[in-house]
Amino acid sequence: MTWQDTDVPALRRKAERRHKMGRFGTYTVAILFAFLAAFPFSWALISMFKQSNDLYVKDNNPFWFNEPPTLEHLRLLFLDTNYLTFIRNTLVVGLAVTLITLALALPVAYALARLRLRWGERMGIAIFLVYLIPPTLLFIPMTRVINYLGLQESLWALILVYPTITIPISAWLLMGFFKGIPMDLEEQAMVDGHSRIGAIGRVVLPLMFPGIIAVVVFAFTLSAHEFIYALAFNKSSAVKTIATGVPTELVRGDVFFWQSLQAAVILIAVPIALIFNAFLDRFITGFTMGAVKG
Amino acid sequence: MAVVEVRGLRKEFGDVVAVDGVDLRSEEGEFLVLLGPSGCGKTTLLRMIAGLEQPTDGEILLGDENVIGLPPRARRIAMVFQSYALYPHMTVAGNIAFPLKAQGTDPAERSAKVQWAAELFGIERLLHRRPRQLSGGERQRVALARALVREPTVFLLDEPLSNLDAKLRAAARDDLMEFQRRIGITTIYVTHDQVEAMGMGDRIAVMNHGRVRQLGTPEEVYHHPADVFVAQFLGSPPMNLLESTNFLFGFRPEQFLPEGIADHEGDREPFTFHVNRIEYLGSERYLYGHIRGYDETKIIAMLPATVTLPISIDQDHKFSVARNQLRFFNRDDGNKIRPQNLNR
Amino acid sequence: MTTTTAAGKRYLSDNPRFLAAVFMSPAVIYIIALVGFPFVLAIIYSFTNISTGNPELNFVGLETFRRVLADPVFREALWNTFLFAVIANLLVVVLATALAEVLVKDFKGKWLVRFLVLLPWVAPVSLATITWLWTLDSIFSPIDWVLRELGLITENMYWLGRPGSAMGSVIAVQVWRIVPLAAVIVMAGLIAIPSEINDAVAVDGAGSWRKRFQVTIPLLAPIIAVAVLFGVILTISDMSVVYVLTRGGPTNSTQVLSTWAFIKGIEGGALGQGAAVALFLLPVLIGITAVVLRLARRREVL
Repeated sequence: MTWQDTDVPALRRKAERRHKMGRFGTYTVAILFAFLAAFPFSWALISMFKQSNDLYVKDNNPFWFNEPPTLEHLRLLFLDTNYLTFIRNTLVVGLAVTLITLALALPVAYALARLRLRWGERMGIAIFLVYLIPPTLLFIPMTRVINYLGLQESLWALILVYPTITIPISAWLLMGFFKGIPMDLEEQAMVDGHSRIGAIGRVVLPLMFPGIIAVVVFAFTLSAHEFIYALAFNKSSAVKTIATGVPTELVRGDVFFWQSLQAAVILIAVPIALIFNAFLDRFITGFTMGAVKG
Repeated sequence: MAVVEVRGLRKEFGDVVAVDGVDLRSEEGEFLVLLGPSGCGKTTLLRMIAGLEQPTDGEILLGDENVIGLPPRARRIAMVFQSYALYPHMTVAGNIAFPLKAQGTDPAERSAKVQWAAELFGIERLLHRRPRQLSGGERQRVALARALVREPTVFLLDEPLSNLDAKLRAAARDDLMEFQRRIGITTIYVTHDQVEAMGMGDRIAVMNHGRVRQLGTPEEVYHHPADVFVAQFLGSPPMNLLESTNFLFGFRPEQFLPEGIADHEGDREPFTFHVNRIEYLGSERYLYGHIRGYDETKIIAMLPATVTLPISIDQDHKFSVARNQLRFFNRDDGNKIRPQNLNR
Repeated sequence: MTTTTAAGKRYLSDNPRFLAAVFMSPAVIYIIALVGFPFVLAIIYSFTNISTGNPELNFVGLETFRRVLADPVFREALWNTFLFAVIANLLVVVLATALAEVLVKDFKGKWLVRFLVLLPWVAPVSLATITWLWTLDSIFSPIDWVLRELGLITENMYWLGRPGSAMGSVIAVQVWRIVPLAAVIVMAGLIAIPSEINDAVAVDGAGSWRKRFQVTIPLLAPIIAVAVLFGVILTISDMSVVYVLTRGGPTNSTQVLSTWAFIKGIEGGALGQGAAVALFLLPVLIGITAVVLRLARRREVL
């Protein structure tokens, strides 16, 4: 073997340089994305404590305090608006929607993943197609339906309708999770004397825990985000969720209570982001199973 | 062809020491096997030689040049992985051409080399297929062609036969051996299968817990194991080990014969063998039992079919082992020691 | 047809066909009732001249459609819906892939970066968009402030006041909020690539750009398709971003089908027209979805 024609130290240096540039590139890209993603929030974080005579001055530094910070706007948010009510409503709706979604999507996902049905594949596509029909198309007639059922101006309107959005996606996600669990487990349980349902409940569902968590997170996120139906069905403040309540309460005509608005955003986004971040690795594994095997 | 050498090589993953100070030097053109149970460090060692893993300490020399700090592609090595790692979205031709593309070879030379490599392994007619359309054996040949097309000086293989079913494995092994002999490339081969190692290796490095316990020819490691681990890892069924006053001694099942069978071959140590169970496997008989005086230890004897002496179970039989076939080991560290006196 | 377990018990629920029916019917009935029915209703509305002032279903044939299509704003909205979706998602694919590649590596502060990068997706759309409303404000925009401080501009940019930059702003906000989701999806794809393939690439000697474009991205194609699909659905069916940011202005230059349907149907009271406008969302959605799936299928691997 001849190394005579190659300058090994030079190769080594080149490799080292490449490695360093790679690290530099990684950090640069990471910092760039972090900055672009978060700078509106950084501004929001400062503004929520800014006095109005500081905020509404064109040439003042928006990223620092020119007048001392104040808790005035938080007070307004919590005491002068129904913010806490909005949060409570969002949580209630989230919980109810989660339960309904799990009750309806789990069986569907199981059936499509496990039971060999002739129309299994087509059903899967049909479910996905349902997801394609946007709320912006359905909300007008849906409002009629809600009014007809007498559910307008109540949380029940949302609890009834949100699962139409969560079920298709959850079914698809859960299908992936089910496919990742070997068949032998249920068969073993059935050989041991349980009915199929007993087998599922005892053996399979506990293993579906990550998938169920994903559905829970998804349902709560939707309840906090969803705008159109919430706006269309509930106009009274007592039954609004965060997504509609905060903008409507804190934007009166042309007057924006910016600082309180930013406070609302930060107070909601930060905890959810922390939770998501903690569960991120679990989601990714589940998603891999759903997408790769689906 | 290059000589592969590692000196004092060490790899730590946090608290875990995967490779604990390994010194190894291959001969030029030899087929060197790294053998050991999973977790012994053999794959980590191989990956460090390849440049896929950076050592915590030590040196790696390919062709007497220290290659630490060089990426895999600069080391002129080729590697075949357990799963073959063929690019699923490329054709066979695309797979084989890929390393040449990466080197910047011009298209004309590229297709010539691809053709040459394909012909070497008899896969020219598969060039337009995709990996998923190939059988296990065909995939191996594509992996070999892709590895060889760069004309490497060292060949590294990471358990490439373990994903094949038993029937294919023998044929694939044959192919590999023939190819290596033909090209004469220095090859380092990782496996946990001691039969494979014995059959293929010019020399075997038996590893455990990140260390090389013994480096030697198949004959050396089988008949003159350096310690208890090597003695029991090689050979199936494993060597029988008995505890004496303050040392261990052992002998292989095929060396444990009934009295009268090999008596003419000289000095033999007699034992009383109480047989509990017999397995008849056609070409040989396995006798399971224990030796009087060492009642706690399970002993296995292997009689070839040519020994037709009837053996009945639940009975004592007179067996013996040639004294020069007995092996002795230190009771505390398991290392080989000089032949001892069995005062019995 | 019943099956018998080892314990000799017979359960009707063990019959797969029965079980399938039981398992699937609640969801199917629910969806038919709450999606199918309103969907049909929406179609019916678009063939009537129903409005808040005139809540009766008077069938007028294609009159409502004619009115809707004759309106130049509608054509603008249709074009914008398509344009925004395509441009935004092209950007999303590139950015999300780059971000995902970085996030699967190990580096100091990764947890913090992940946290920050998730924020745009996690914040409720309406609220995050309101934050952007200020960020792009014609007087107080922090972006303008920075640019002024750096001496790059003297007058503010009026991001939302000019048609071109307004469209850019809408697209930017959509990209901003969707990239985290797409990046997570692509991350899942990256992790699914067997590590031995990456080893083989290193041994074969491919540099990072060759690896990226000749190995990684082709293998990611199906997952990227999934991410694009989600992104397209989110962009096209979204109403909040455009509505909060520009209400479709200035002069309807950022109008999209969703907002136009809302403005016509709810704010304007012409429910029939609103439904008709919204119906056009379907062909756009199905069209783009079909294209994406076809592209993905061609590069289908294994």
